[in-house]
Amino acid sequence: MSVWIGSETRLVVQGITGREGSFHTRQMIEYGTNVVAGVTPGKGGHQFEGSVPVFNTVAEAVAATGANCSVIYVPPAMAAGAIEEAADAGIPLVVCITEGVPVLDMTLVMPYIAERGVRLIGPNCPGLITPGQAKVGIIPGSICQPGPVGLVSRSGTLTYEVVHQLTGNGFGQSTCVGIGGDPIVGTDFIDVLAAFNADPATEAIVMIGEIGGTAEQEAAEYITQHVKKPVVGFVAGQTAPKGRRMGHAGAIISGSAGTAEEKFAAFEAAGIGIMKRPVDVVALLRTRMT
Amino acid sequence: MNLHEYQARDLLKAAGIPLSDGDVAATPAEAEAIARRVGGTVVVKAQVHAGGRGKAGGVKLAGTPAEAAEHASQILGMTIKGLVVNKVLVVPAAEIATESYVGLILDRATQKPVFMVSDAGGIDIEEVAAKTPEKITRLAVDPRYGLLPHQALQLALALYRDWAQARAAIKIMRQLYQVFMANGCSLAEINPLVTTPDGSVLALDAKIVIDDNELDRRPDLAVLRDESAEEPSEVAARRANLTFIKLDGNVGCVVNGAGLAMATMDLVKYYGGDPANFLDIGGSSNPDKVVNALKIITADPRVKVILFNIFGGITRTDDVANGIVTATRQFTVNVPIVIRLTGTNEAAAFRILESVGMAAMSDMDAAVSKAVALAKAAA
Repeated sequence: MSVWIGSETRLVVQGITGREGSFHTRQMIEYGTNVVAGVTPGKGGHQFEGSVPVFNTVAEAVAATGANCSVIYVPPAMAAGAIEEAADAGIPLVVCITEGVPVLDMTLVMPYIAERGVRLIGPNCPGLITPGQAKVGIIPGSICQPGPVGLVSRSGTLTYEVVHQLTGNGFGQSTCVGIGGDPIVGTDFIDVLAAFNADPATEAIVMIGEIGGTAEQEAAEYITQHVKKPVVGFVAGQTAPKGRRMGHAGAIISGSAGTAEEKFAAFEAAGIGIMKRPVDVVALLRTRMT
Repeated sequence: MNLHEYQARDLLKAAGIPLSDGDVAATPAEAEAIARRVGGTVVVKAQVHAGGRGKAGGVKLAGTPAEAAEHASQILGMTIKGLVVNKVLVVPAAEIATESYVGLILDRATQKPVFMVSDAGGIDIEEVAAKTPEKITRLAVDPRYGLLPHQALQLALALYRDWAQARAAIKIMRQLYQVFMANGCSLAEINPLVTTPDGSVLALDAKIVIDDNELDRRPDLAVLRDESAEEPSEVAARRANLTFIKLDGNVGCVVNGAGLAMATMDLVKYYGGDPANFLDIGGSSNPDKVVNALKIITADPRVKVILFNIFGGITRTDDVANGIVTATRQFTVNVPIVIRLTGTNEAAAFRILESVGMAAMSDMDAAVSKAVALAKAAA
């Protein structure tokens, strides 16, 4: 078992012939991911590296290959359209790696995919990996190993740092999910926590948050009510400058300044193990996983 | 991207929102001319990307054009929260009967534009929201349908019981929503929206923040960026495609990825040091980025040590090592450099650095505590 991706994943890569898309497609294939198709409008009929058929549209790719998951590496201005295309082609899981997607675009994407029952991960995220089975996105496979720890994070390289600590100390991972750091993302902490909670292969959960917003506080509340597995957590940005903030709306809407202190306090109240440093993940899991 | 008040006013005015007269001035003479044209008592307001301008002495009343010039000469060139004031806005001092707050923000939780309005507007609006949240009316707008007539009415009636004023407010809500959507805003705020003794409704101050992700496809908005109003090192960093925020400490940090960069700064603090900056060189492996990063950091005389923390996933650590070597050949770095590299091609990276007599470490905590110790020894 694992969360959302695994050996059953049949992946289509949107933007497969681009610089990022082609590089990471090679990495995903090398890791053992079943990449069944690529999409680049105008390049239909070609083969990517002689092994992956390229189509003009996602619908053609799905019809020909039975793809059930999509990963998107297109430029920011085209990302919203790529997500909507994947949704209309019947892909149930869409992972958008693209950074810099205008947030107003995402306000229109979210109801569109909700009506079609699609799960979106990202945008501006590193994707996800189920070690030993499949990786969708850009998380380096070499730092992961199969095991019982589920990891969910808003960051990219900080995720790798924590995974590196886990693997180096004998804690393998069930699935690692990078949900992305943008204001509007398709999948939040609570979605991933619920999946880890239901996944028999996941015995403990590591949650990596950042300053801004209230997603960590809401996740802590969810953990208090629903999650029985041990959870440890970190929030990056304790020393971030308060900034030259203008306007009042941000503070009014959330009733929170989104500081690391507030988030750690919520973690503490929910009984989550507090990582003061990334390296603390190891000692905390040792005491909590018995 | 934050807009200045005068730029925000221009966008609101173009949409038809009623604003006081007035204009922006870069010299005392210009301020005097505007004050003479609008007549009566005016307010001279610093145009700077910082809150709390009034408390910092950047907002002053002037009874005569000469006084407006005098205030302008004091405010122009002053520093508010580290930022230099290059322009002032000169507007007539309005007579105010009531003050309301109207804000429109892209809300993470509802994933929609959300209006927030209150008839208790003014500078203490955050306190109002914290202590008496029932005084704030919130309304999420479905962007597929836009602001519906009954929604605009509901917002207007939360501010005014007078029907003429409510009708004026309905129009302002629709116009503000239009400004927000047409300009890729993440925030558009009128505070205060006032009524004057004669009963008319007027926007007195406006703040607009544009989503940075819009700027590539919207050159018309990108030109509104005022680099003269920003920290020069942050401007240089943006031109080099680096994300940089200057801080007050002495440990210069070069990190790949925003989350790891923040975690590195936190760790510097954990070991008793103070970070000099936030700097994210991003995911690419271009050695030029490392050269530019070092140039920007070493320009700050307070920096006593430079700490690299690179986790090689997509970033190749040997490219970063080459960047460090190239940079130190191009110019002299007079402070110690502590390098932590791990991940993709790390063996090659260690060899490259060793060949020029530089040492690298692979443990993040060891590198950070070493950098903090060096900074303390040099301070």
